[in-house]
Amino acid sequence: MPKDSKAKEMHQVEMMIGYILRIGVVVSAIVIVIGIIMMLVQGTGGYPNGVQPTGFRSIFNGVMALKPYAVMMFGLFLLILTPTLRVAVSIYAFAVERDRLYVWITTIVLIILIVASVIGYLGH
Amino acid sequence: MIYSLLLMLGVGVLAGVFGAILGIGGGLIVTPVLTLMLGLDIKYAIGASVIAVIATSSGSTIAYLKDEMLNLRVAMFLEIATTVGAILGAVLTGIVHATFLYFLFGALLVFTTYNMIRKLMNKNSDTPNVKADALATKLNLNGSYYEKTTGQEVDYQVENVPGGFSMMFGAGFASGLLGIGSGAFKVLAMDTIMHMPLKPSSATSNLMMGVTAAASAMVYFFNGSIKPGIAAPLAIGILVGATIGSRIMQRLKPRFIRMLFVPVMFYLGIQMILKGFGVTI
Repeated sequence: MPKDSKAKEMHQVEMMIGYILRIGVVVSAIVIVIGIIMMLVQGTGGYPNGVQPTGFRSIFNGVMALKPYAVMMFGLFLLILTPTLRVAVSIYAFAVERDRLYVWITTIVLIILIVASVIGYLGH
Repeated sequence: MIYSLLLMLGVGVLAGVFGAILGIGGGLIVTPVLTLMLGLDIKYAIGASVIAVIATSSGSTIAYLKDEMLNLRVAMFLEIATTVGAILGAVLTGIVHATFLYFLFGALLVFTTYNMIRKLMNKNSDTPNVKADALATKLNLNGSYYEKTTGQEVDYQVENVPGGFSMMFGAGFASGLLGIGSGAFKVLAMDTIMHMPLKPSSATSNLMMGVTAAASAMVYFFNGSIKPGIAAPLAIGILVGATIGSRIMQRLKPRFIRMLFVPVMFYLGIQMILKGFGVTI
């Protein structure tokens, strides 16, 4: 295994990926917390009992109307996306490492994940 | 509202800490609290526990990456087996006999409990003494991690790759067909079958849990199973708990983590076998 310069480059890439993932998770957490604070301030989720926004359109409209539940759902949606982000940046990490086998393996995982997500969205 | 908010935050922190240490997701703690304590419909409890798994995974993954605890290659390689198995399982629901699978996988977990106790009896079991097989070397699966309790960099080998891959496929299949979490089986595949050290096994399992759950989360998100009033504070609690838990895990002795696993694996195994008999606990 060639050390030093390559190890250093890998280390930098890993730190950068760690940073990207941290931003992704923190942003989703901030959005969720804003939603919770809005709910505490307004004293309601902004929707009738037992109802919550589930589609892209209703969540978007709800966020625009500053409805707490819509903001929370938006944050939760961002959270659900973070593992996909994780897989996507891993492909980049393997590419930097010139590990073609794992670029392929990880790409397959990403494709399976996206296909399953789309099926999940369409099949609801 | 304040009460349930604080309860969810508290439960979340607890679930996050345990989930991050054991690498089995947060559903184990979250689901009983929601269904038994709050009387929540199982549909919403499952939705919340899927969010819990992702929050545990994402919360702890950030910390693990920095400490290079997880094995990304093992994660991605096994993830193919899990996801393909899960999709196939979901497709074959109703065709394959669920009862048989409950017994099979329940028995596997009980066997793992026995195996973990045996490893605990043997004092030197957590010092790696494993020969890499040719496939593991070819797939570059061998790794290393920093063991904080001894201050050493531990190089480890991975063996029985086909066995681990098959186990993950089976676990994915069972989780897709039965709608159960597969975290315990992920640890089983890596620790018991592939003989990876326990800490990287748990950390790697955590990453895989999140990736596997992300796909099914889309279904639950859009079919209204996720109640924001419950899932949102839960997610925040878990993110905090998982970050703390992954830091705690680094400092724990592998032997101690294994002790935590024994009752958890046994409980899950018995629970599954009873489900095979039609009894839900």
